[in-house]
Amino acid sequence: MGLTSFSTGKHAVDGEFIIDRREGQRVIALAGNPNVGKSTVFNELTGLNQHTGNWPGKTVTNAQGRYTHKGTDYIMVDIPGAYSLLAHSVEEEVARDFICFGFPDAVIVVCDATCLERNMNLVLQTLEITGRVVVCVNLMDEARKKRIRIDFKKLSEQIGVPVVGTSARSHEGLEELMDRVGEIVEHPDCAARRLRYPKVVEQAIALLQPAIDDLQIAGIPSRWIALKLLSEDTQLIEALNNSMQIDIRTDEAVSCALGEARELMNEQKISVEKLRDIIVSSIVLQAEEACADVVSFDKAGYNDGDRRLDKIFTSRATGIPVMLLLLALVFWLTITGANYPSQMLSTGLFWIQDRLTDFFLWLGTPAWVEGILVQGVYRVLAWVVAVMLPPMAIFFPLFTLLEDSGYLPRVAFNLDRSFKRCSACGKQALTMCMGFGCNAAGITGARIIDSPRERLIAIVTNNFVPCNGRLPPPSPWQQSCRLTLTRRQKRQFCP
Amino acid sequence: MNQDMIPLSAVPEGSVAKVINLFTTGSMRRRLQDIGLIEGTDVECLQKSPSGDPVAYYIRGAVIALRSEDSRNILVQYH
Repeated sequence: MGLTSFSTGKHAVDGEFIIDRREGQRVIALAGNPNVGKSTVFNELTGLNQHTGNWPGKTVTNAQGRYTHKGTDYIMVDIPGAYSLLAHSVEEEVARDFICFGFPDAVIVVCDATCLERNMNLVLQTLEITGRVVVCVNLMDEARKKRIRIDFKKLSEQIGVPVVGTSARSHEGLEELMDRVGEIVEHPDCAARRLRYPKVVEQAIALLQPAIDDLQIAGIPSRWIALKLLSEDTQLIEALNNSMQIDIRTDEAVSCALGEARELMNEQKISVEKLRDIIVSSIVLQAEEACADVVSFDKAGYNDGDRRLDKIFTSRATGIPVMLLLLALVFWLTITGANYPSQMLSTGLFWIQDRLTDFFLWLGTPAWVEGILVQGVYRVLAWVVAVMLPPMAIFFPLFTLLEDSGYLPRVAFNLDRSFKRCSACGKQALTMCMGFGCNAAGITGARIIDSPRERLIAIVTNNFVPCNGRLPPPSPWQQSCRLTLTRRQKRQFCP
Repeated sequence: MNQDMIPLSAVPEGSVAKVINLFTTGSMRRRLQDIGLIEGTDVECLQKSPSGDPVAYYIRGAVIALRSEDSRNILVQYH
């Protein structure tokens, strides 16, 4: 998310998430599993033309941005990453509610090309709600590296909506993606694949559907509402009632049909809990079916490289030593490496300070003016920049390197047991490492932890990790800096 | 209980097992189902972490680490 003047400052605090749609603008929702590069797609498309806010009443931030493609104005909405729309977490609830009640003109579901089958889960669930979907198979560059081949045409035939392969990082395929989005928005009639359920469930749905059709709920398929009523998804039904200003459960025809459908299911000994299992299994199995002939691997054992690295990074013998070595290397590079640029910066910046002092002397300003501006403002700034900039400029790229290489999740894996003993989560290792760079970044990073309790522990304890600004131990040059400082002070204060 | 039915946590490294049933309830059950752990799914036990817990599994094209407190509630068939 870009730090624009709008996304920071007072707008960031209480900016409620409201979509300001103007005449002719199209709203496109960007959905996807976490870590599939959804935000990269969003950033590539909207650039800095975006702003963030909170969903009304939720502590989930969200971004929207503008994008113009072939003369049409689009508002892209980056909805939270979710594995499914069955709403098990706040993020999933927000994602589902936006697709249902935000009435986007189209939904782009971003998928990870390297594990398409798992991502298909979300695609099929989205197709249950709306047919205006374009599937964006992202991370094609990584898939190519792993020699994974995906037959987009076949996949598109299987699920009945357009499929586009992209690598958002290099902007590859994004134009085509927006072409398809444009087509879907203009001609929304398409033959999207519908999830099928076992016979009893289909019969129960068929009993309920006509009663719901009579309510004429615009924009949401009655079949899907029927399924939600049967599986007693109270959260959704309430959201539906609020959004449509109706009370669907008190409607006579609906409650009557619901009773009949329940009876039918009871005869087959299908409880609500069992029905939920059936629904999830049907989705997973149909995702498998949709991907079966679509994904092929050029070489068997395409993951062997990964597995070999796993053996080194996470095995009992080498896991911990390699981890300590790597982290020690990062620290050594940061602390020792930062000394040289720090020294250069401080020499340069303090040389400028002396020139500034000369300048003020030449101007003949009173000593207190020079004191405030040069000794106060300038020197503090120079000091902070000289001490803090170099370690940050070294630490963060190194950390990003570890993150992009996928090493950090393995650290979490190695350390989870130890963290669990402290009632925390292994992922906290990541936020703590980040805390060595900057505590603020470490704390915002804590959102990767699922359990609210473990997340709170990670947030509260991150403060005990000394960040870059607090970290640098007295090294020879700093001592020499301090010496020069005293000498200078002496020169100034005892002429 | 059939002899070759064991909890997922007892499956040795490098072996593949088929999911028979999940004994977890509530949100963890949903979470496991979302990642594709339903009846009949093949799960490969890839590697234990240095301390033996959690363990990495290969499930439907993705590597997922499960703590033993969760994986011992997953009944699998192992041969």
